Amino acid sequence: MELVLSAEDEAFRQEVRAFIRDKLDPETKRKVELGYPLDKNDYVQWHKRMFEQGWAAPNWPVEYGGPGWTPIQRHIYDEELALGSTPRVIPFGVSMVAPVIYTFGSAEQKAKYLPRILSFDDWWCQGYSEPGSGSDLSSLRTKAVRDGDHYIVNGQKTWTTLAQYADMIFCLVRTDDSGKQQEGISFLLIDMKTPGISVTPIETIDGDVEINSVFFEDVRVPVENLVGEEGKGWTYAKFLLGHERTGIAAVGRSKRQLARLKTIAEHEVNGDITLAEDTDFQERVSQVEIELFALEAMVIGALEGEARGNPPGPEASILKIKGVEVQQAITELAVEAVGNHAHAFAPDTWDIHANEPGIGPDYAATAAPIYFNWRKASIYGGSNEIQREIIAKRVLGL
Amino acid sequence: MSVWLTDEQQLIKDSAERLVQNDYTIEARQKLIDSEEGFSRENWATFAELGWLGLPFKEEHGGFGGTGVDMAVLMEALGKGLVVEPFASSVILAGTALDLAGGPLAERLLPEMIAGERLLAFAHSEPKSRFNLNDVAVTAATDGDGFKINGQKMLVYHGGSADSLIVSARTSGAQRDRDGITLFVLDRAAEGVSVRGHQTVDGLRAAEVTFTDVRVGADAILGVKDKGLSIIEAVVDRACVFFAAEASGAMEQAVALTVDYTKERKQFGRPLSSFQALQHKMADMYSAHQFSRALTYRAAALLDDCSPAERAEAAAAVKVKCGQSAKLVGEEAIQLHGGMGMTADMPIGHYFKRLTMINALFGNAQYHLKRYTAMKSE
Ligand SMILES: Cc1cc2nc3c(=O)[nH]c(=O)nc-3n(C[C@H](O)[C@H](O)[C@H](O)COP(=O)(O)OP(=O)(O)OC[C@H]3O[C@@H](n4cnc5c(N)ncnc54)[C@H](O)[C@@H]3O)c2cc1C
Repeated sequence: MELVLSAEDEAFRQEVRAFIRDKLDPETKRKVELGYPLDKNDYVQWHKRMFEQGWAAPNWPVEYGGPGWTPIQRHIYDEELALGSTPRVIPFGVSMVAPVIYTFGSAEQKAKYLPRILSFDDWWCQGYSEPGSGSDLSSLRTKAVRDGDHYIVNGQKTWTTLAQYADMIFCLVRTDDSGKQQEGISFLLIDMKTPGISVTPIETIDGDVEINSVFFEDVRVPVENLVGEEGKGWTYAKFLLGHERTGIAAVGRSKRQLARLKTIAEHEVNGDITLAEDTDFQERVSQVEIELFALEAMVIGALEGEARGNPPGPEASILKIKGVEVQQAITELAVEAVGNHAHAFAPDTWDIHANEPGIGPDYAATAAPIYFNWRKASIYGGSNEIQREIIAKRVLGL
Repeated sequence: MSVWLTDEQQLIKDSAERLVQNDYTIEARQKLIDSEEGFSRENWATFAELGWLGLPFKEEHGGFGGTGVDMAVLMEALGKGLVVEPFASSVILAGTALDLAGGPLAERLLPEMIAGERLLAFAHSEPKSRFNLNDVAVTAATDGDGFKINGQKMLVYHGGSADSLIVSARTSGAQRDRDGITLFVLDRAAEGVSVRGHQTVDGLRAAEVTFTDVRVGADAILGVKDKGLSIIEAVVDRACVFFAAEASGAMEQAVALTVDYTKERKQFGRPLSSFQALQHKMADMYSAHQFSRALTYRAAALLDDCSPAERAEAAAAVKVKCGQSAKLVGEEAIQLHGGMGMTADMPIGHYFKRLTMINALFGNAQYHLKRYTAMKSE
C-alpha cells in the first residue's frame, strides 16, 4: 500500500534520503533509533543542517525562505525525516509562531524574527496553557497591562514544552477582561531572558523533564512585541490551530515506529518461534498498519485538497484522533513485544556513551517509558475529547 | 456488591488499609523508592508483626494457614497504597515455592522469613524465556555429589536485597522440556552468584542474576529433582491471582482519584465531572474494576482446593480480565486528569504504571487469552 509517486516526486524522495544520509550525525541517529533522550545540541545541529540545505521551513512561503514545495513534497519530506530517524522538528518556531508572524506581524517583526527562526538561532516555546486554563484555553488569566511603551506581564504558564532551552516564548495574555473571555486576549512575543521570568521543570510519569512552568513577575515587554492588534490574540491562535492540521497525524513517525516494532518482533523469541512468526501478534501489528494506511490516505486527500486551494477545516480533527490512536497503539505493542524486558528502569544507561551496559536488550530499554510518555498525545494539542466535540458540533452540526 | 468478607478478613483489610493510609502517602513511597534498597526494613518488620508474612503458609512451616481469599484481601489493601516492600518476592513467589515443596529447606527458611529475618527472591524468568515457564536455559550440571549452576536469570523481584534465592535450573533434558527442571535454594552471597539490582518502571526493585560455576550440594534441591515445573506453575498461577487482587486495590484507588479530581477541576465554568462524555468513561472504569475484582475473588476462593488444571484455567481467566481492566482504568484515569495526569507528583501516574506492569507480568491479557483458549480446546 505504498504511495504511488510521480517520477519527479520519487526523485525528490531520493534527494531527501541522500541529504539525511549525508548530513545526519550518526550518534544522534542512533539515539533517535533507540528512543534515548536527546540533548539540546542534537536538535540544534540537525536543524542547522536543514537550514543550510534551504529546507528548514517547508511550510513557509518562498518569500520568507520556504522551498516552494508542493503539499505532496512536504509530506514526502516529513515522512523521510521520520523514517531517517532525525530528531523531531521542534514545531514552536517554524510551524507555530512563524506563520502567525508572517501573516499578522509587522515588517519589523518579520525582519527580526523570521531569519532567526529559519536558522534556529532562536529556540521558541509555546506559552498558551495555564494551571486553570487547559481545554478551556480562552479563560486564561496571565495579565499584560500597558505601561507607556511596555506591557507589564504577570501570571503563570504551564506544561511549556522544552522551555528550559528556549530563547523566546510566544504567549497568549489577557489585555482586557471586560468583555467575553475570547475577547481581550493578545499575542505577545517575549524574550526568555527578560528579568522576572523563571522556569521550573515538571517531571513527567516516565521520569523525563520535557515540560515546565513559566512564571512571569512584572515582566516588561516592549509594545513592539505585540503581534497584530491588541485583543485579537484569540483569532491568531485559532488561525494557528487551523494551520498545520495534517502534520499532527505524524504518519512518518508512526511508520518508523512500526518498522522498529517489527524489528523488535524479529529479535524476541517465544518458545521455538520469534514474535515475528507469531500470527496472533502479527495480526495486531497488521491492524495498526491498516489504520496507519487509512490515516495516510486521508492525509494525502487533505494535501491534494490543499494544493487545489481547499485546505481541510474542522474535519481535520479526525486526523489528530486517529494519528494519536495509531501512535499510542504502537507504543503499547512495543511494551508487549519486549515481554519481561519492559520492567527494568535504568535511565543512566540510556546513553550511547554510558559507562554501564543497559539492563536487557537495548531496543527494550525505553519501551515502557515511551508508552507512559505517549499518553500525553491524547491530552495536548486539543485532547481527544475536545476533538470529538469539534467533530460533533462543527462538522456534524449537532 | 460481589465480595462478602468474614470478620477476620475484615480485620486484615482494616489493618492493611490503615497502614497504607497513615504511612504510605505518595511522598513517603517516593522516599522509599529513592532509598538504597527501595523499601523500608521498618515497614517490613511491621508486616511481620502483623502476621502478614506467614498468612498463606502451612502451620507446620510456621504459617497461619490463611485462605486464598485472605491473601486477596491483603493484596488488595496493599495495592491501594502501591506498597513497594518485597511482599511479592518473599511471600507470594519464593515463600509459596518453599511452602508447596516442603521438606527441610522449607522448615528452616520459612519461619525465618515469616519472622521478618530473611528475605527471599524467586529467580525463574530468563532473558529468552518470555512467559514460557518450561523454558529454562540455566543449567545445573552434576558435579561430584552436587551441582554446578551456570546461566542468567532476570526480573528477579528484590533479588538485590534477598538473603536466599530460589533458582530454577535444568538438570536434564532440552531447554523447553517440561521434565528436567529442578529448584535450588542458594545463598545470594554464594561464590559465583552476581546480582545486578535495578529499579523497575513501576517503582519496585528487581535484579539480573548471573551464575558462574556456582557449586551447591544435593541438599540445596527444593522438592524433587527434575520435577520443579509443577511447583513453578502453581506458584505463578497463584501469583497471577494475587497480583490481580493488588491490581484491584490499585484500580479502586485510580477510579476514586479520578472521580474526585473531575469533581474539583473546572473548565468551561463547570466541573469536568459534569460532562457526560467523561461521566460515561468513569462509569466504564468503575464497571471494569468491579468485574475484574469479582472474578479475582472467585479465583482466589478456588485456589484452596482445586486441580492444577482448574487452577491454571482460573489464573488465565483472571489475567485476561484483570489485564484488560487495568489497562482501561489506568489509561482513562490519566486521560481524565489531563496534563496533571502526566506529572510525577500526582498519585495517579503511579497507579497507572503499576497497573500497566501487573498486566505485563507473567504475560499480558492477550497472552493469557491465548493460553486459556489452548487449555479449553485440549
Ligand atoms: C506533555 C505535554 C506537553 C504540553 N506542551 C504544551 C506547550 O508547550 N505549551 C502549551 O501551551 N501547552 C502545552 N501542553 C498543555 C496541553 O495543551 C493541555 O494539557 C491541554 O490543553 C489539556 O488541558 P488540561 O491539561 O488543563 O486538561 P483539562 O482541560 O483539565 O482536561 C482534563 C480532561 O477533561 C477533558 N475535558 C475537558 N473539557 C471537556 C469537555 N468540554 N468535554 C469533554 N471532556 C472535556 C479533557 O479532554 C481531559 O481528558 C502540554 C501538555 C502535555 C501533557
